[in-house]
Amino acid sequence: MSSELPTWKEIPIAGTILEPGNSVKYKTGDWRTFRPVIDQEKCVRCLFCWAYCPDAAVKIVEKPYRTQSGREYQFSVEIDYDYCKGCGICANECPAKAIQMVEEVK
Amino acid sequence: MMPEVRWRRLPLNANYAVAHAVKDSDVDVVAAYPITPQTTVVEKISEFIANGELDAEMIHVESEHSALSACVGASAAGARVFTATAAQGLELMHEILHIASGLRLPIVMTIATRALSAPISIWCDYSDVMNARDASWVTMFVSSAQEAYDSVIQAFKIAEHPDVLLPVMVAYDGFIMSHTYEPVLVAEDPAPIREFIPKRRDRIVLDPEKPVTMGPIAMPEWYYEIKYQQVEAMKNAYRVVKETIDEFAKRFGRRYPVVETYRLEDAEIGILTYGAIYGTLREAIDIMRSKGMKVGAIKLRLWRPFPYEEVLQAIKHLKLLIVADRAISYGARIAGPVALEIMSLLLYESERPEVMSVVIGIGQRTVTEEDFEQIAKLGAKWLEEKRIPRETIYWGVRGVTYA
Amino acid sequence: MGRLEIRWHGRGGQGAVTAAIIVAEAAIFEGKYAQAYPEFGAERRGAPVRAYTRLSDSYIYTRSPITRPDVVVVLDPALGKELYLPGLKEGGALIINTKRSLEEVKKMIGRSDLRYAVVNATDIALETLKRPIVNTAMVGALVKVMKELGLAPSVELDSAIHAIKAVFGDKLGEINAEAAKKAFESVIVG
Repeated sequence: MSSELPTWKEIPIAGTILEPGNSVKYKTGDWRTFRPVIDQEKCVRCLFCWAYCPDAAVKIVEKPYRTQSGREYQFSVEIDYDYCKGCGICANECPAKAIQMVEEVK
Repeated sequence: MMPEVRWRRLPLNANYAVAHAVKDSDVDVVAAYPITPQTTVVEKISEFIANGELDAEMIHVESEHSALSACVGASAAGARVFTATAAQGLELMHEILHIASGLRLPIVMTIATRALSAPISIWCDYSDVMNARDASWVTMFVSSAQEAYDSVIQAFKIAEHPDVLLPVMVAYDGFIMSHTYEPVLVAEDPAPIREFIPKRRDRIVLDPEKPVTMGPIAMPEWYYEIKYQQVEAMKNAYRVVKETIDEFAKRFGRRYPVVETYRLEDAEIGILTYGAIYGTLREAIDIMRSKGMKVGAIKLRLWRPFPYEEVLQAIKHLKLLIVADRAISYGARIAGPVALEIMSLLLYESERPEVMSVVIGIGQRTVTEEDFEQIAKLGAKWLEEKRIPRETIYWGVRGVTYA
Repeated sequence: MGRLEIRWHGRGGQGAVTAAIIVAEAAIFEGKYAQAYPEFGAERRGAPVRAYTRLSDSYIYTRSPITRPDVVVVLDPALGKELYLPGLKEGGALIINTKRSLEEVKKMIGRSDLRYAVVNATDIALETLKRPIVNTAMVGALVKVMKELGLAPSVELDSAIHAIKAVFGDKLGEINAEAAKKAFESVIVG
């Protein structure tokens, strides 16, 4: 048993977690075997991936983007690889087929 | 000096006495599902709410599972919460019983005890509440409508104590108490009751201003410590129950010890039971004493935590302790839950009485003074002949005889 | 230990249970002790029902059912005697709602040890309540019988009326109290 873990007296009653939002401390990005990669050219910024992601690992970033065909976007959509578990829901839902699941190679 | 409390002496059954206690305790949320013989508890509370005598939210639910779930949510949000049930209703709640105690929510529930189906019985025994033994609820058995009223008030004080924070169950006999009218003193004005159990603001609750996560998953390296907290909370409850009994007696003048005895000091045979029939037992003791039998009675009021110190103190001088249980642990050699508990205590005692386990009153099979007298006589005979049975006696079953 | 045990017989809907409670309430109002309880189980309108009242000068511990009542009160004249006679104590009192005379009832029951009382509670109820609900009239009759026969502990008519008003409220309480008074006055005890 690890001695760094708190004793029964030190754990908040009923194991209640008192610190809000502390799940950000727990990085789950290394669970992935496939990583989603967004093709900014194909992405239409519909935000389906952002809505569907079960881990809130899709980020809307203030990066204006201009496609080769000349469409202008005020923002871009990126994956937060610290937390993305590689479930592939985003790729499956993407109506523009702009997300590819690429095998992680370490 | 506290102002004197004025009481109204009303004819109430235990169900109505409980409803009055809920009103006087200024409960915030009630969620319950009707089941005989508990139904009129909740009906009366609805009436109090409708009349504006109690400012509470009554949540109508579709089952007991939902009733206790709603109580869990309301209690987690900081409300003072009450529910009531019986028999199959308590069984349907069983899953949530553990969640309520595991989340350390000070919910108070009354049980109008009822035998379990099948076969269907709406009548009284204690199988329902005994099945909830290991759910980590502080559990009291009461013997009169007055005690039911007083115990519900005490239950909130115990449950909400920061060293306890466990749900509390108050059980009394279905029908035999739930439907019997008797005189009950209820507070003329609820203010002194509410002062006795002020609403505390010192537990962690769901609050958008101060967000917390309740009931997260506990991995194997965490779960055990969190459950051990409940072990310690029960130990604290043992102390807090007794403190509360003292405080209540001091403030309101009525005392219900965790273990009550009657004519036991010089008794050779003691009979222990709980709930309504303790009253019958007391009168049986008087009858037997008038015939020269050295017998006394013991009432168990607190079941969880088990008052082992008081029980040992009460029984150690006896030659024979007869434990009259009202539930059966099927397949156990000693099938009476309380008898089993006491026998496990006695293993560590060098001087100890013989113990005879008797099951009575199953499915509200009548229990009279005469039954207790016959049981005591049988016990005395077997004690003399040095052959106290090593297994439970099933008193009054047609086709089973003991001699 | 002064105790009086009363068993009430009626049919579901006639108010036997309420009568049992009213008498207990009256005793409690007087500072005495009482228990009142219905026959435990499912209640069905029209089916024969029983209810019980136990009165005492001191705290009542026992929870034994009343099996040997001192008094039996019969709300419904159509109930067979085999339903209400069993267990009635030697020398006990039997109070019946009936149009028959005391002599006819004595002959019909055939027990010489008993004290009898008859009252036409149905007519009293029809007159006062305009409905054949006889429970409060039978309470009035019982109170008188307790007085006449010196049964103890008993309750006073005033406290019974107090209890009736507490149970029924102002308007219904008034006419039910009237029914109790009429029965109190007209019950024949023999």
